[in-house]
Amino acid sequence: MPFTSLSELKTKLDSGETTAVDLAKLYLGRIDTYNETLNAFVDIDAKHVLEQAEASDAYRTKHGPRPLEGLPIAIKDIFCTQDGPTQCCSNILRGYHAPYDAHVITRLKAAGAVLVGKTNMDEFAMGSSTETSAFGICRNPWDTDRIPGGSSGGSAAAVAAGLAPAALGTDTGGSIRQPASICGITGLKPTYGRVSRRGIIAFASSLDQAGPMTRTVKDSAMITAAISGHDSMDSTSVTDAPSVDWLGACDKTDMKGIKIGKPKEYFIDGMDADVRASIEAALAKCEELGAEIIDISLPHTEAAVAAYYVIAPSEASANLSRYDGVRFGHRCKDPEDLLDMYTRSRDEGFGSEVKRRILTGTFALSSGYYDAYYIKAQRVRTLIRQDFINAFEKVDLIATPTSPITAFKLGEKTDDPLTMYLADIFTIAVNLAGLPGLSQPCGFVDGLPVGLQWIAPAWREDLILGAASAYEGATDWLRVPAGFGGEA
Amino acid sequence: MEIDVRKVAMLSRIRLTDDEAAELGPQLTSIIGYVEHLSGVDTDGIEPTAHPHDVAIPQRADVVTNSNRRDELQAPAPKTESGLYVVPKVIE
Repeated sequence: MPFTSLSELKTKLDSGETTAVDLAKLYLGRIDTYNETLNAFVDIDAKHVLEQAEASDAYRTKHGPRPLEGLPIAIKDIFCTQDGPTQCCSNILRGYHAPYDAHVITRLKAAGAVLVGKTNMDEFAMGSSTETSAFGICRNPWDTDRIPGGSSGGSAAAVAAGLAPAALGTDTGGSIRQPASICGITGLKPTYGRVSRRGIIAFASSLDQAGPMTRTVKDSAMITAAISGHDSMDSTSVTDAPSVDWLGACDKTDMKGIKIGKPKEYFIDGMDADVRASIEAALAKCEELGAEIIDISLPHTEAAVAAYYVIAPSEASANLSRYDGVRFGHRCKDPEDLLDMYTRSRDEGFGSEVKRRILTGTFALSSGYYDAYYIKAQRVRTLIRQDFINAFEKVDLIATPTSPITAFKLGEKTDDPLTMYLADIFTIAVNLAGLPGLSQPCGFVDGLPVGLQWIAPAWREDLILGAASAYEGATDWLRVPAGFGGEA
Repeated sequence: MEIDVRKVAMLSRIRLTDDEAAELGPQLTSIIGYVEHLSGVDTDGIEPTAHPHDVAIPQRADVVTNSNRRDELQAPAPKTESGLYVVPKVIE
């Protein structure tokens, strides 16, 4: 049961085989047993989870089920929730209680979901390993000496280990897709503007997007259907986004007539040979399913990492200026004057990776350097968008590895921030271009999951869901890690 | 390029301890060194992208929707008095 998909759990709830309260108890019990090992959750209020489940069962009896009625969903600590703390895994927000729910939280509640607590993450979503969390490292269920990916590592580990059937994450440069890949589950970053960012603690506003992390492709579709749509309180959420038949898109069992682009820049020297072999095998399977594989080029791929590490820190340095010790968050003891209060509160509250990014962004935006770094990066961003537009004239979808490597060991890359940044090399361009992307499991190397990334034109999540569903149906890479009670 | 990390930290309103400055300085120099690769990309005549889609910013109807929630919104503040945020003295 704990490793059952969201859509199967929905069937069990609808048929009366189980109840929201039973499910809540099941997952709370598992969190109790396994969270000490994984540290996937940083806040759990069991009483409140059970209250939501009771209310859901009562709603079902009285009115019938809503789309996510009674389904437990874990929430990354970046989403503002009125119930319980919202801390973004940062000391500067330790103990913070948001006065309102994020739009996507409001949507999940309206769809009947039961929110099961806050998951661990890199501080302010800055990282690729969940090692920068102020609330302790999170571990990978496939090998607890290894990282779960990041920044949504807690959400990925929770779903992979069956501590929740699904979770919400956010993705600024790969933070949904990379941990999904590293933990062997599915994660979808919708098209930029598909989902409201209101109430999501901002990292890089032109890149951030929320999305689901789930066991199956259809589960991701179910959650995206519930959270997407215009929000009048977020001017970057698009009013006339082309709609998608979210569940219908998942009915595909073949890839006949689908042209899949294979970008040569994503199959580089230095990537793990076994990861590459897994992706090649996945593409061969797609051909078997009827797809045509076409070699393409995305010539500005290498520049994407550099552009990202100018644009994202620049936006972060502006967004994080709000943590000044005045209106919320940490304030240092006995400040001498206003400047002392700002500088000391921020020094004490932010961890080193957040400081590095703020400093990088401040430098890139500073007088004399703005044109050479920030504006230059934005021009390169235009070229990266154009690369995809050109490619999608020839192909329907693009398939790539999600990450060049599988899960690395805890502490292995913390000494040199630059090597950590390169872990995002295959996911970053998708954010810069605002496109939808999905990662799904496609193999194992030495017992560690490998992820296949799908990229589609803007608003064409349906193409991704169709191909990913067909691939999922023809393979069996969704597995259960040993040691988490799935053997019984 | 050598970056004056203390200057950038002051612009960022972050006080750095000596140890932090010693660690972050070379890292910042190395990160900026890496992103300098951008200068090798030909962007003549290319417009900058600030938003991934070419869409107009939607406007909502000009009606008041928010109520007075001052107490709730100030609840997370480190220090308030009479509905005001209290900070160290700014003007002598």
